[in-house]
Amino acid sequence: MDKKVLLISGIIIAGFCLAARLFYLQIIDEHYKVSAENNALLYQTQYPARGEIRDRNGNILVGNKTTYDIMVTPMDLQEFDTADFCLTFHVDINDVRRKLKNYRENRRKIGYQTFTFIKQVSSSEYSHYAEKAYKFPGFYAVSRTARIYPYEAGASLYGYINEADSAYLANNPEYRRGDYVGITGIERSYEDVLRGKKGYNIMVRDVHNRIRQSFKNGEYDVAAEPGKDLIASIDGPLQQYGEKLMKDKVGSIVAIEPSTGEILAIVSSPGLTVNDLSNIRKEYSRLLQDPYKPMFNRAVMSAYPPGSVFKTVNALIGQQNKVITPQTMFSCSRGFYYAGGKMGCHGHRSPLNLKESIMMSCNAYYANVFRAIMRDPNHQPISEAFDHWKEQVMKFGIGVKLGSDFPSELQGNLPSTKTYDKIHGKGRWNAYNILSLAIGQGEVGATPMQIANLAAIIANRGYYIIPHLIKNAPDSVRRAKYTEKHWVDIDREHFDPVVEGMYLAVNAPPGAGGTSRRAYIDDIVVCGKTGTAQNPHGRDNSVFMCFAPMENPKIAVCVYLENSGAGGTWAAPVASLIVEKYIRGEVKRTELEQMVANTNLKQFVPVRSRKK
Amino acid sequence: MEGLSYSSPKRARKVDFGLLLAYLFLVVFGWLNIYSAVYSEEHSFILDFSQRYGLQFIWICISLGVAIVLLYMINPSHLPPLSPIFYLVMLVLLAAVIFLGREVNGSRSWFFIGSFGLQPAEFSKITTALLLSYIMSQYGFSLANRKDALKAALVVIVPILLILMEKETGSALVYMGLILVFYMEGLAGWVIVLGLSLIAIFVITIAASPLTALACAFGACCIIRFVISRKLVWTLCAIPVTVLMFYIPTLAGTETFAFLANLNPEVWALILMAPFLFFWIRDLLFRKEGKGGLYLLLCLAAAVVLTFSVDLIFEKVLQPHQKARIENLLGITEDLQGIGYNVHQSKIAIGSGGLTGKGFLNGTQTKYNFVPEQSTDFIFCTVGEEWGFLGSLLLLGVYIFLITRIIHLSSKNPDAFTRIYGYCVASIFLMHVVINMGMTMGLLPVIGIPLPFLSYGGSSMMSFTILLFIFIRLDMERQNKDADI
Repeated sequence: MDKKVLLISGIIIAGFCLAARLFYLQIIDEHYKVSAENNALLYQTQYPARGEIRDRNGNILVGNKTTYDIMVTPMDLQEFDTADFCLTFHVDINDVRRKLKNYRENRRKIGYQTFTFIKQVSSSEYSHYAEKAYKFPGFYAVSRTARIYPYEAGASLYGYINEADSAYLANNPEYRRGDYVGITGIERSYEDVLRGKKGYNIMVRDVHNRIRQSFKNGEYDVAAEPGKDLIASIDGPLQQYGEKLMKDKVGSIVAIEPSTGEILAIVSSPGLTVNDLSNIRKEYSRLLQDPYKPMFNRAVMSAYPPGSVFKTVNALIGQQNKVITPQTMFSCSRGFYYAGGKMGCHGHRSPLNLKESIMMSCNAYYANVFRAIMRDPNHQPISEAFDHWKEQVMKFGIGVKLGSDFPSELQGNLPSTKTYDKIHGKGRWNAYNILSLAIGQGEVGATPMQIANLAAIIANRGYYIIPHLIKNAPDSVRRAKYTEKHWVDIDREHFDPVVEGMYLAVNAPPGAGGTSRRAYIDDIVVCGKTGTAQNPHGRDNSVFMCFAPMENPKIAVCVYLENSGAGGTWAAPVASLIVEKYIRGEVKRTELEQMVANTNLKQFVPVRSRKK
Repeated sequence: MEGLSYSSPKRARKVDFGLLLAYLFLVVFGWLNIYSAVYSEEHSFILDFSQRYGLQFIWICISLGVAIVLLYMINPSHLPPLSPIFYLVMLVLLAAVIFLGREVNGSRSWFFIGSFGLQPAEFSKITTALLLSYIMSQYGFSLANRKDALKAALVVIVPILLILMEKETGSALVYMGLILVFYMEGLAGWVIVLGLSLIAIFVITIAASPLTALACAFGACCIIRFVISRKLVWTLCAIPVTVLMFYIPTLAGTETFAFLANLNPEVWALILMAPFLFFWIRDLLFRKEGKGGLYLLLCLAAAVVLTFSVDLIFEKVLQPHQKARIENLLGITEDLQGIGYNVHQSKIAIGSGGLTGKGFLNGTQTKYNFVPEQSTDFIFCTVGEEWGFLGSLLLLGVYIFLITRIIHLSSKNPDAFTRIYGYCVASIFLMHVVINMGMTMGLLPVIGIPLPFLSYGGSSMMSFTILLFIFIRLDMERQNKDADI
């Protein structure tokens, strides 16, 4: 009897526990009601249109077209005509069957999740689908934007977008699987502004689970915010022209507006075409296997020896350090001789002063200048002189990342005392061991963008603004970054002999010994400096940097051509055509233009096998 | 005729109306809820036999037929002597299904005849209950007699083992409920308390830490020892030490007691316990402490052993999905899309029902099939969502009425077989209801057993009906006799 009472009380207590739990779940805890509502409501993501990119003249460089992604909620699927489905979207029936089978097998795990079934369906396929959408319960279409490139130029700058991968999702929790994200180029640098903000429509599933109506007439829907449009500093026609000139050549063109640091054109050849970019998924492996590496942006990634254009830097530092003056004369007897060696030079009059040394690009002169810098009594021993020199060079943006909005930008090379300690032993090297730095050879490497920036510094007589691609920087941080003047700490007056030398190099009468005659333009005053950099693989690299006009320069250009011989031969005419095209708007020297455009210099570039 | 313990079938009888009404309510209510859970507009006719609710209607009709046969065409006096045969046949089936059955959701417990499945484990509850009642109701049977107790225990353990081999852990667990029958028939109450305590220790060990479990066990023993053996000084000393045990990890973190970190905190707890155990054993050996003290000490020992073997049980004995379900329940892991999906959705369904529910056929969770297995093991979600707190409470009330009424009727019955059988039926229902509802509400780990009379399924509907109606039939005998006298 006693036990029966105990047992029944036990049962009633158990019942009471269950009832208490029920009370808690159903009456007290409110959040389950919300969850149920969320379950029954369908949040359809509205994808924003990605921001467009226009050039400085308003041409659309990167635009959008509407495509559709076909989504599927496996739980809602019912039997449908797979053949009809495949015909509508032009997809393989076996693929579809495999996917459906996979959903069936994992239906427990999947629950009410939605997946993308087919990506980037064209508008015409979509309109066919829309007519018979009712036949395919469980599927629905979401409009997405895909990139189009209406202007045939600049494909190497824009970068491409792709679905965010797992690693990216892990680091960026605000992204969801299926979101597109900029992988390279401007798309990547400006991802934050281009992407816009996703919105959603709230839909109610009805009893059929097929037709969906808007929840409370869309009262709670959130519209997608389109991404901001960007204005590129690129000059579309100039960019296109540059790419045309670089046909069948390996190298780069970088053109900068010196006063603003805006990049007017930047060509890396061979590069991508807009067609490659539109079909990047299809073309990717081909591009990757191309021996000329079109995906490699030489303009900002290649550290080339700058060659003689680097003499301008030593000329400026030498004056600033007061080891030379514009009047300093050095003689040259077809080279510079020192204990144990000789640095060769070409034939020109001797002795010469600073501006003539620039004009005629005398190696011996700069061997003397550099030796003087290294023997500067204010900075001894040599390691200190070297460190001081290096610091000054870095002010020119060489050997450091400039900080442009190219995500792939590299810093080039600048050796340190450690480099030489390692080669020669600590304290066992002197100015002669490192003499090749005098003429921009040896351990120094600069990207074409850094060389163009050097031209801009000389054009500005003492400062630069970080080269950048986007005019309307979207936030104050970037606005400040791309308007700040970086002074190179060289006094204004030291630029005059250098500029004059560069003027003479281009504009001195024929026979006077100017190295850059081929950059001459009738009514535009171009100041330029050639460079011929030794390339261990094949012919010399041809380098040319210039700016124009001499006063109030509008454009600074660097042209770097791999294995194309002397700087004056090919790089100079390319640069002068760019200058003419930009300043005049058209090119009168059609003969030169034709010759440049039709010359194949690629043939001299040794193709290294990809195996390493 | 008067001398027979069972009346002949010709006599007028009285079915217990309370049980019959509860049964009919549950069956019809279950049917409606299955209709709601499976409902779709294409198949809206409740007697559509291509749908589960149509089939359930067939099961209900067959069950009612079986119930009528049991009530009016069977002489219950044949049941006890036949029960060993039923039991053996069922054992053979249970064993056969391991080899011949088809695997469904990881367990081999189904025979398929055409498209219809049959689950022997459901029916073996009946035969086990019958045989257990038969053996325990024999003249001279006493649980105090070790041989008798062993015999009774074997009757329960053998099918449990076979069902475990089928990997139907849920059904096996139901048999554990039969301990209540043993309790009602003479088993000491502390065995059940011990059992519950050990479960609590197990849970505390996993959810908190082995140290907490040890300290709780020791603390409880201190208090109980005081109650049964009146050892005031010992208890007063032991309680602060128990409290100290909880702080071992905290102390180990301080500089002064940094040496504590050299050993496991559980080992320190044992070291702290040791002197008390020493005095306890001394009292038992030399001061004639009562038997209660000895049992309590053994319980403590069991608890300590369990604490140290929880990891082993958890990692080695349980299957991965069972482990995951327990961890999910205790909040150690949270995986709302994977292992925790069912329960999470089920809680949403029940919780969203509110006081009065969303109304028949109006549950959004139900309608859109968020809860897997909703017409079978998770049918209670539909009740919770569509009928709300009031509806659920009514259902719970009916179950408690059913179970307590069976216990009440059994205890009044002078016939031992009927009485024990009644207890079996009550404990089986109790286990099913508590485990199933507890699971859907996230109180217990997911254990897939049906809710009696509500869950969809022919085997379970039939077996519960037979289980109940054998009792109703047996109970009619007493009513007849009451009427005769």
